[in-house]
Parts: sequence; C-alpha cells; structure tokens
Amino acid sequence: MPYPRRLESRRQATSAAFAWESALKRKNRKRTLPGFGITMGVTLCYASLIVLIPMASLAVMSADLGFAGFWKTVSDARTLAALKVSFTCSLLGALINAVFGLVLAWVIVRYRFPLRRFIDGLIELPFALPTAVAGISLTVLTTDKGWLGKPVFELLGVKIAYTELGIVAAITFITIPFVVRTVQPVLEQLSPDFEEAGLILGAGPARVFFKIVFPEILPALLTGFSLAFARGLGEYGSVIFIAGNIPFRTEIAPLVIMSKLEQFNYDEATAVALLMLVCSFVIMFIVNRIQVRAASFAGEK
Amino acid sequence: MNRWGRENRALKTVLVAASFAFVALFLVLPLCQVLWKAFEFGVRPFWDSVSDTYTAKALKLSIITTVLAVACNTLFGLCAAWAVTRFSFPGKGFLVTLIDIPFAVSPVIAGLVFIMTFGRLGWAYPFLTEHDIKIVFAVPGLVLATIFVTFPFVAREIIPVLTARGTDEEEAAVLMGAGLFRTFRSVTLPHIRWALLYGVILCTARAMGEFGAVSVVSGHLRGRTNTLPLHIEILFREYHTLQSFSAAAILVATAVLLLVARNIVEGISRKDADCHVR
Repeated sequence: MPYPRRLESRRQATSAAFAWESALKRKNRKRTLPGFGITMGVTLCYASLIVLIPMASLAVMSADLGFAGFWKTVSDARTLAALKVSFTCSLLGALINAVFGLVLAWVIVRYRFPLRRFIDGLIELPFALPTAVAGISLTVLTTDKGWLGKPVFELLGVKIAYTELGIVAAITFITIPFVVRTVQPVLEQLSPDFEEAGLILGAGPARVFFKIVFPEILPALLTGFSLAFARGLGEYGSVIFIAGNIPFRTEIAPLVIMSKLEQFNYDEATAVALLMLVCSFVIMFIVNRIQVRAASFAGEK
Repeated sequence: MNRWGRENRALKTVLVAASFAFVALFLVLPLCQVLWKAFEFGVRPFWDSVSDTYTAKALKLSIITTVLAVACNTLFGLCAAWAVTRFSFPGKGFLVTLIDIPFAVSPVIAGLVFIMTFGRLGWAYPFLTEHDIKIVFAVPGLVLATIFVTFPFVAREIIPVLTARGTDEEEAAVLMGAGLFRTFRSVTLPHIRWALLYGVILCTARAMGEFGAVSVVSGHLRGRTNTLPLHIEILFREYHTLQSFSAAAILVATAVLLLVARNIVEGISRKDADCHVR
C-alpha cells in the first residue's frame, strides 16, 4: 500500500537529510593516511614547473600568433609536404609493426622454442637504445655500401638510406615494443580453452583465430598501433640521420620545427608544433576511448 | 599425427622463423653494426677515440643530467603515486592526464616548450637575465628537457601497483601509530620496490639516450652543453665515423646492461606476484 502523501513527503525529507548528513560526514572525514599535504604539494609544484607552465607558455605564444599566422605557416607547401611524409611513413611503420608485433607476441606467448627468452628480452631494445645510436647504425647499415643496403641495391635497385624507405625503417625500429607489449598481456590472459572449444566444434584454425582470438586482442592491437603511430610522428633522433632531409621528399615534420628554430623563426616553429600537438592529443584521446570501451566490454562479460 | 597437428607445426615453424628474421634484421643487425664499426680497427683506436677530451666531457655531462633527472623523477613519482592512489580530491583525473602528457609529445616539441618559457621570447626571460641565471643553452636546460621527457616513467610504474594493493595495510600501520615515513618504508616500499626499480631503469635508459629535446635546448657548445648523443651526431656529421661509433658503443653497452637489469627485475617481480597469488 502506498504511503499517504504527507508521510511520503516526510519520508523523502528525512532520507534527503540523511543523505546530506552522510555526504557532509564523508567530506569532513579526516583522512586516515598521512602525507596528503606534502605529497600533493610536491606533485603539484613539480608537475606545474615541468609540464603545466611550459605547455601553457606554448599555448600563450601561439595565441599571439593568431589564426591567420598559424594558417599561413601550416598551409605552406614545404610544411605540408613534411607533414605528409611524417604521416605516411609513421602509418607504414605502425602497420608493419601491427603485423610483426602480433606475430611476435603470439610466438612469445604461445610457443616454446630455443632463444624464446632472448627474443622476449630483446623486444625492449629500441626503447633502451638511444635514438641517435639507432639512427647512425641504421644509416650505415642501409647505405648502398652497407651490409644490408648493398645486397638490396644490387638485387632490386632500391636505395634505403636517404629515401622514404629509410624513414619507414627507422620508425619501424623505434616502435617495435609498442604493439608487442600491448598485445602480449592480453594473449597471456586469454585461455586456450575457447580456441579448443572452437576447434572441437569444427571450426578451422583460420576461423578460430578470426572469430575467437582476434576480437579479444583487437583493442590491444589498436592501442599498440596508435601508440606506435603517435611515437613515429614525433620521432626525431633516429630519423634525421637516415632521412637525408631533402625538402619536399624526405623532410619530416619535427625537422621542420627544428630548422625553423635554428633560423630563430619561433612563431612558425610554434605553429607547426601546435598542429603536431593537436594530432598527438587526438591520437591519445582515441587510445583512451578504445581502452574505456574494451574495459566496459570486459565488464559486461 | 592428424592433419591438425601437422598444420599447426608447420604454422609454428613459419611464425617462429618470421619472428627470428624480423628480430635479427631489425634488432640484432643494428647492434652488431655499431660494435663492428667501433672495433673495426681493433681495441686501441676505439680506446683512443673514447678517451678524447670532448667525448669524455660529453659522457660526464650525460651522466650528470641522467642522475639529476632520474633522482628528481623518482622523488616526484613516489609523491605523485602516493597522492593519486591514497587520496581522492577534485581534479585527480586532470592530474593523471598531466602526468601522461610527456608521452604524447614529440621530443622536439618538449625542447621547444622550454625555449618558449625560458628563452629569449619567453615570459621568464627578463627575470632570468636580471638574476643572471642561464637555463636555455646551458646545463639547467638540458636537465629540464630530460626531466620532461622521462617525467611519467616512475609514476606510471608505481601507480597501478599501489592501486591494486589498496590501503588496508597502510591504514592498519597508521592506526597502530606509525608515521608517514615508517608506514612508507616498512609497509608500502616492500610492495612497490620492483615496480620502482623497473621505473628507475626505464627512466635511466631514456634519460641517457634523449636526443630530440636536448638537441633543441643545448645550443651545441662543444665540451659544455654537449651530451653524449649530441656529440655522436656532431662526430657522425663530420665524417668521424670511428669516433662516433666508439662513443655509440658506450651507449650500446649501457643500453644492453639496462635491458638485462630490466629483464632480471621483471623476472623477480613476476615470481613475487605468483607467490602472492598462491
């Protein structure tokens, strides 16, 4: 039987008061653990000094620039060409890594073979190796006199160093860990039971892979791919040696920023930097969405 | 053996072979190339080029910057992880995003940001000249740029571990009368020590090899603001191949050492985690 109206409203009033009171209590509850003041203080000061204030200065500088100035720099033919080179080469590098990264993660998790630990440990090498060292090493390796460049040039007539191919090679090297290290933990969590069930029910291995395994690892694969793509876009140290840096052909966007800086052309450098920042934030946002979606799917199961 | 077994074995062989080929081509070959170029003419020329004054100075500067950056970021990482995982406060999401930003930013832009703050056009420039402090094109700039690039590493490693652990044990310790440092040292630290070490190793590796950001703020004063990676670039561009690869060999040795340390730490922490699950 429903409450009489007066009682109903009184009940609501009490429950509202109750909620209010407990909210107040929660707010005023003393924190049990010590150290909020000091750790928070250090964190905020440090984060502001290192990240927030410098990033804000960049934003202020670009506000001075105005939209017209921004657009003039960004729509300049040389800048556009550099952006195109950066985008295509990072995309190709990330694609190569999506394929081989998936294979490597699969092989490391699912198979047992000699030197497995060695390969697993070596994956992080591009992360530990200074980019400049990677750059000079890959360059010497792939010039038409190098160990790798010479046979390729003699057999196929293709030059690697100082061409777009070189840029792709450098970006591929730098971004190897991303796909492998995002897919690997997901594969480890994935129990082979489902695949066995699929096989027993009569699905072929290809079907089992694409219907059972692939949907599970797709979010991780996409995350790894996007991270690799973002890293490739911003990569500087390893690429500038091998790229040859010919304007309109093998000049990458970070190098455009660098050369504008060297000419003390700070405004234009800021404009290009701002565009690249926007690109990488968009990529980071997409990665974030992918992970939130994957987490909500995992929650539903 | 049935058809499945055979097909699976064939697939395994193909995939493992592809992996080996990829790793050999992209990871092992570049390493061998550096070592070959450094020791092509024997140990003596290698030693001579490494003990060159400018190379030695660059190495020293690299070590100083790395130590400073790693120390600062470790302290910050611990504070940030404690603040973010142990308390709830408005703007927490923003703070966590802020910690991640340096991951998303190109190294060149990381350097540019400091030029815009402390450089000739930056808002802090008048103040700095007044007090005769040099940041950009000097050692403090190098340290700042390195700190920026390696900013998230330690914090990112510790935060998940602390989140997963919960606060029960620490609360118990505090209720029994332990202070902040005691609680941290005897309750929290044993749980996060491997994650902490792991973060420090990653941070060191990146700090030692940072190139783009440092290159923007360095000004390339030989013997004064040239870190080892920058010095390698100059030598390589001047066609001093032997010298540049000899210097590179030092960095390769550091990288390999850090990689080995990383793998050992990961192995131990995995074993630790297994023990806790059981």
